[in-house]
Amino acid sequence: MIYNTIQAKEAPSNTKGAIHWLKENLFSSILNSILTIMAFYLLYMIIPPLINWMIIDATWSGSKEEITKDGARWIFIKEKFHHFVYGFYPEEFYYRPNLALVLTFLYIYIFRKTNNKNIRYFIFFSYPIIIYTLVAGGFGLEHIETHKWGGLLLTIVVATVGIIVSFPIGIILALGRASNMPIIRTLSTIYIEFFRGVPLITILFMSSVVLPLFFPSELEFDKLLRAIIGITLFQAAYIAEVVRGGLQAIPKGQYEAADSLNLPYWKSMGFVILPQALKISIPNIVGSFISLFKDTTLLLIIGLFDLLAMVGLTSTDSNWLGFETEGYVFVALVYWAFCFSMSRYAKTLEVKFNTDNK
Amino acid sequence: MKFVRMILGFVLFTTLTTTLVFSGTLENVKKRGKLNCGVSGGLAGFSAPDSSGKWKGLDVDMCRAVAAAVFGNAKKVKFISLTAKERFTALQSGEIDVLARNTTWTATRDTSLGLNFAGVNYYDGQGFLVSKKLGVKSALELNGASVCIQAGTTSELNLADYFRTNGMKYKTLTYDTSAQSRQGFESGRCDILTSDASQLYALKSQLKKPNSAVVLPEIISKEPLGPVVRQGDDVWFNIVKWSHIAMLNAEELGVTSKNVKKMAKGKNPAIQRLLGTSGDAGKNLHLDKKWAYNIIKEVGNYGESFERNVGLNTPLKIARGLNALWKDGGLQYGPPVR
Amino acid sequence: MGNLFDNIEKRGISVGFDFLNQESGFGIAQTLVEYDETSTHSKVFLVGILNTILVSVLGIITASIIGLFIGIGRLSSNWIISKLSMIYVELFRNIPILLQILFWYNVVLASLSSPRQSLVFFESVFLNNRGLYIPKPLLQDGFIFVAISFVLALVAIFYLSKWAKKRHDETGVKFPIWTVSFGIIVFSTTIVYFLSGSPIELEYSSLQGFNFVGGYNLLPELLALWFALSIYTATYIAEAVRAGIEAINKGQSEASLSLGLSKGLMLKKVILPQAIRIIIPPIINQYANLIKNSSLATAIGYPELVTVFSGTSLNQVGQAIEIILMTMAVYLILNIIVSMIMNYINAKMKIKER
Repeated sequence: MIYNTIQAKEAPSNTKGAIHWLKENLFSSILNSILTIMAFYLLYMIIPPLINWMIIDATWSGSKEEITKDGARWIFIKEKFHHFVYGFYPEEFYYRPNLALVLTFLYIYIFRKTNNKNIRYFIFFSYPIIIYTLVAGGFGLEHIETHKWGGLLLTIVVATVGIIVSFPIGIILALGRASNMPIIRTLSTIYIEFFRGVPLITILFMSSVVLPLFFPSELEFDKLLRAIIGITLFQAAYIAEVVRGGLQAIPKGQYEAADSLNLPYWKSMGFVILPQALKISIPNIVGSFISLFKDTTLLLIIGLFDLLAMVGLTSTDSNWLGFETEGYVFVALVYWAFCFSMSRYAKTLEVKFNTDNK
Repeated sequence: MKFVRMILGFVLFTTLTTTLVFSGTLENVKKRGKLNCGVSGGLAGFSAPDSSGKWKGLDVDMCRAVAAAVFGNAKKVKFISLTAKERFTALQSGEIDVLARNTTWTATRDTSLGLNFAGVNYYDGQGFLVSKKLGVKSALELNGASVCIQAGTTSELNLADYFRTNGMKYKTLTYDTSAQSRQGFESGRCDILTSDASQLYALKSQLKKPNSAVVLPEIISKEPLGPVVRQGDDVWFNIVKWSHIAMLNAEELGVTSKNVKKMAKGKNPAIQRLLGTSGDAGKNLHLDKKWAYNIIKEVGNYGESFERNVGLNTPLKIARGLNALWKDGGLQYGPPVR
Repeated sequence: MGNLFDNIEKRGISVGFDFLNQESGFGIAQTLVEYDETSTHSKVFLVGILNTILVSVLGIITASIIGLFIGIGRLSSNWIISKLSMIYVELFRNIPILLQILFWYNVVLASLSSPRQSLVFFESVFLNNRGLYIPKPLLQDGFIFVAISFVLALVAIFYLSKWAKKRHDETGVKFPIWTVSFGIIVFSTTIVYFLSGSPIELEYSSLQGFNFVGGYNLLPELLALWFALSIYTATYIAEAVRAGIEAINKGQSEASLSLGLSKGLMLKKVILPQAIRIIIPPIINQYANLIKNSSLATAIGYPELVTVFSGTSLNQVGQAIEIILMTMAVYLILNIIVSMIMNYINAKMKIKER
């Protein structure tokens, strides 16, 4: 017997190529075809006018008087850019927040590279002091009052301080809620449920109106600090729930193992349970940081000038009346870029930690 | 309910006693070296930071006057911008020493919040701003209109009273800030914008086309605006009250920031008493005897402050009207320093 | 304790809830119950709560519908639909809700024209910068018969479906219950409607003086808040729906396809009943968030609880602590109600272990 090698036949033309792809993915049934056509029509309605407005007909340079095209007038953003970023922070000191930002990245880089515990401790404790001094002043640097902070600077300050301070409180609350002691458990539960049950805006009202009643008047207690306290208390409840989710996901064996080693409570939590629980909660913690970042917009309701509030403020400048649309679109893009990249980051973390467990 | 009331009372009591009873405001202010003054965050002519961040306005001058009286230096003020919501608790809690935030003097506020009004630094009244397009000549033609108001003012109450007594219907739109209400008015969300007349002029000057709108002649309410202090600290109450009165008397006697030095050496006994060359008004106020001299020197008299901030040469273009001195037919009447 | 109150009252500060019985003295743009300037602050409180509930219910309904479609759309085999759904979710979820509310209000709705140049639909619906005006049905005397026939139809359908299910369980014969029920309702009520002499009249809006009168008026503030809340919350609901469906083991769909079920039947009888158990809890969580987010109305002046009570009333009477505490209590109670509903549904849906 002689075997003839038969050439493999080409796949039928209807199972590959662009046409096939279209057929499979866009026109597989009558319903799908209708949907596809509707979708393209929708895109046709939205995309070209949007591109026209944002790019083709937009005014990118020149002065306000020379606007001839009816698209977006981005010169407004250009003109007010420093307001959107720094608020009323004095112009000659812009380098300070900028430097703080650079330092932050540098610190994160070193923190991740080094294995030396002492360096890590040093970074951890010196960071807040240095950043605060840079932005607010002190130690010879001119003091910049907080009511001059604004724009993106304020948003980032509130969001980062909020997340950093609320983190330990949140962990303690989560441990409290999982505790065996009824009083601690009840108190933590009440705290968490209360702060999760009311809108942030009422908490901000409370902190801006009521908090001063609890502090002696000698204490300099400014508006920003009060807002940060309100946001932190609020955020701690959400962090607590995230961490609790992590605690619950730890197999019971781990608790029992720690107990059987006769580790006292804080050691078993600190060295066995929490490191695991926090690790699996990280994606969700990033998630709640994103919500916190978005929630900072509420500051405008209590009269602080965050990034969003800058839109209202800059468009009441009597030379630049009526530029809200550009302002909102620009600010929306900024928020979107921040939140989107963070949510992508959270997703990659999720994938990374998932594989670790398997 | 009773339980909650009890807790509320307890909280208020403990906090207020610790902050207030054991320390007089004057000593506190002196110890701190700065006067904490609550103002509005942005109300042209009354209190608003200019482009270089310097606070300006009639209310701001009130704060500066008190600082000048206490320290002899009008710069020793920390301005704390407050929303309408925060203003009274900020004062009750001791966060600020004086509230000068175009606050209307009403019976409720004077009697139920533990506060005292120390005088009237601007006599205002509520008016209406309408678009010229509508062709409205009088507020009585406004039946069925939508009205934009700023929340937290007495305007809402006056508006309701006015429309009710005239048998007219209306729809309100309450915004948190005056900028929002201006925006609402400009976009046509409402037909009328109502507020204190002084604010209407400020808002009108901020419209894209200021001439497209007109302020109607009717003034529908009394709005005496003035500085507020905590109840129960009479020394401090007197200082704030007389800081304002000193500015009035100075204008009446023709003392200005420019000629005060010369006037202090003059012969007029009333001026001598005011500027501390004779008499002991200062000592009785627990202040330096040159307290009023310092106010006039650093801030100016009432007329100067008025013209500088809201007068005819400012964008607001407000005539003295009710705020003229009594001898010019107005209501500003300073009791004598004697 | 009595001493303590004497002390506070000596300081001239009012404490407690007596202000609730004071006349409010201000008007509110939208009230679901009888209200005027002579009503008390407790009435303001009620008006605020009802307006909060109104916008929340509207938002929950539309957010659920949009979210369901987008969520299923993301899993669609149609490439463009799934990509568009993804863009929708990623776009609106990452922009703060307050910004969206302000955008709708200050940019979109503010650009509508004045009442005299309204957009008109079907000669009865008007859209302008004062809001959306729709005709208001006025019920006449005979309407009671229509209502009765509607209730009777519902009762009939209830028993019919019971019977149909029983027959299906016993014999496997299917009964087109949806078509028949729909027919019964439409048919019976239409007939009774005309027999009783068309007892519904529509009151149309018409331009009088400055504004439209008559009909229902949906305020622009309500519209802006409603749109923003729906669009924003829908992104989270869509994600919940997608996650729920994706969580169902692939074997389930393979098994049902190998049993010869059609794709639609597979979704209806196998996938959704399992997925719904996973989907419901996060969705109800989002409903709670939506209720809380409705408080942002205060930025645009929609007269809900935070705006009228923590805003206007607070400014009139100045008793901040009491008023903010009451406001918080309302949200807490609403939250508890929502979580009670969730627990109830969870208990109902739990897989019954045998």
